[in-house]
Amino acid sequence: MRALVWHGKEDIRCDTVSDPEIEDARDAIIKVTSCAICGSDLHLFHNLVPAMLPGDIMGHESMGEVVEVGSGARHTLKKGDRVVIPFTITCGECEQCRRQNFSVCERSNRKKFLADKVFGHATAGLFGYSHLTGGYPGGQAEYLRVPFADSTHVKVPDGIPDDKLLFLSDILPTGWQAAVQCDIQPRDTVAIWGCGPVGQMAIRSAILLGAEQVVAIDCLPERLSMAEAAGATTIDFLNESVIERLNEITGGKGPEKCIDAIGTESHVTLSQPDTVLDRAKQMMLLENDRPHALREMIYVCRPAGVISIVGVYTGLVDKLPMGMAMNKGLTFRMAQTHVARWTDDLLRLIEDDEIDPSFVITHKADLADGPEMYRTFRDKQDSCIKVVLNP
Amino acid sequence: MNALANLSSHIARSPGDPKIVRSGPSSLSGADRLARALGWFSIGLGIVEVIAPGAITRTLGLQGKESLVRAYGVREIASAIPTLSFDKQVGLVSRVAGDLLDVATLAPALRPENPKRDNAAIAMALIAGITLLDIAAVTAVSATHSAGKGRRRDYSDRSGFPKGKEASRGLARESFQTPRDMRADLAPRPRLEAIEG
Ligand SMILES: NC(=O)c1ccc[n+]([C@@H]2O[C@H](COP(=O)([O-])OP(=O)(O)OC[C@H]3O[C@@H](n4cnc5c(N)ncnc54)[C@H](O)[C@@H]3O)[C@@H](O)[C@H]2O)c1
Ligand SMILES: [Zn+2]
Ligand SMILES: [Zn+2]
Repeated sequence: MRALVWHGKEDIRCDTVSDPEIEDARDAIIKVTSCAICGSDLHLFHNLVPAMLPGDIMGHESMGEVVEVGSGARHTLKKGDRVVIPFTITCGECEQCRRQNFSVCERSNRKKFLADKVFGHATAGLFGYSHLTGGYPGGQAEYLRVPFADSTHVKVPDGIPDDKLLFLSDILPTGWQAAVQCDIQPRDTVAIWGCGPVGQMAIRSAILLGAEQVVAIDCLPERLSMAEAAGATTIDFLNESVIERLNEITGGKGPEKCIDAIGTESHVTLSQPDTVLDRAKQMMLLENDRPHALREMIYVCRPAGVISIVGVYTGLVDKLPMGMAMNKGLTFRMAQTHVARWTDDLLRLIEDDEIDPSFVITHKADLADGPEMYRTFRDKQDSCIKVVLNP
Repeated sequence: MNALANLSSHIARSPGDPKIVRSGPSSLSGADRLARALGWFSIGLGIVEVIAPGAITRTLGLQGKESLVRAYGVREIASAIPTLSFDKQVGLVSRVAGDLLDVATLAPALRPENPKRDNAAIAMALIAGITLLDIAAVTAVSATHSAGKGRRRDYSDRSGFPKGKEASRGLARESFQTPRDMRADLAPRPRLEAIEG
């Protein structure tokens, strides 16, 4: 089959690889009908996530049709089922899964020994996301083996196009969890840093959950235009002061809720000198992440407010104003998304026409064009926001 | 690279995981590869300059400039780091600046009295070539990765709310409640409302 394979930094190729095979009774294999490139994939593209190996198959946003089911998954899946595959692999039985903390499932990471060492305690297995999260082959491929398939799937009805359903795998629940973590109240101002696909979903989620005002921050005009389309107030951080504007919008008090939808790769610009320093340290392996937005959020957030982080951080972060956060009594919530915790609600919202997540798709291409699409998405060329690939 | 991929396959993958059969075209462009080659060249040259500056100054008739050459070695390595990263432009621009410094330093070695004048001339030609390559790489990398490439589009018609953006505000509140473990706003609501009237 064909698959997008990681060969090294910025080196992704559409290779011919052997087909995946069922290994465990709980496995299933799906024929992928649609898959997408995620901002998280860019962190791998840039080799910022440790423990990628040449030959790893990329991709964690996939859906398709079940073509083979192991004997231990037949009670919930059968050949021909149409499924979206959450990017977090979940056993469904461990203590964390029973609490619905799916992204920290205790059993699905097959490289637990490695993750225990690095994170103190292992987190869930993820598709196509380095050997720290199990080294599972990803879904930017024609076929995908789904481990723990009896619990790692979302069945979706026929009659709704792939484009509306695909993002149940990741970015829709991620934007949703970003907003839910804020516990939005009707009078809240929610400020969202980053208007990539995740930020866009967070904007929609915050509005659906009733925020009085949503402020979206980015520097790319096309992304800001998409944020405005949903009714967000926008700030272009290269042309305006984020802190001044947010204080102005909130009567000097700061937003109650702040969402980080950027993560480790904050934009580097001379007008924000800390970002240049972070980038230099990152190159010399003295720091893993560039936490500019996080510093800004802690500074501007209203005391007793919430900082909700869904942007991915990979390791050690410098110069985080912890004193500010502590004295202001801020609440921090963060996680890789507990996808399956939200998919029932979100599928219903899609079915009831309350949200149509396909608005975010700007590029569609064949899997073979994947390597080029990684570049287009990374370089923000052609006003690219979200790429969907059809194998 | 493929051999490495297949070796890592046997250590890090299980029997049912797909393995590479045939490799396809890479996302790395020609410009990226040129930058990478120049980055590794910098590392090599930098190491030589740092550990054996005497050999270089003797060959070029620049005796007495060993410390300077060693410092240039550090500079080469420092410019290689961004050149090999995904911020290649920064590294390549610093390489061009470094090339000019090299030319300025080498120029006195071309004077007729220098017995190693021929070597210095060869080195100068090499530096000129490398400078041209560096400039070509900056230009190509900037062109390949410029965010300006392609159409500029406006997405202000993409709300994602089939019912319209006004009707959508708070729509999910009726059916969805923040789970207990994610509640944050535990302010005593009734009192707050009394205060605010
Ligand atoms: N928690 C999860 O489970 C989960 C799931 C999916 C993605 N993610 C993460 O979410 C993040 C965003 O993903 P994406 O797909 O939207 O990626 P993306 O790279 O397309 O979007 C990031 C956006 O942030 C903007 N940005 C950069 N610096 C900024 C700054 N200082 N202020 C404001 N905006 C800034 C960029 O211009 C860009 O539009 C990534 O880190 C990704 O790894 C997390
Ligand atoms: Zn993702
Ligand atoms: Zn579990």
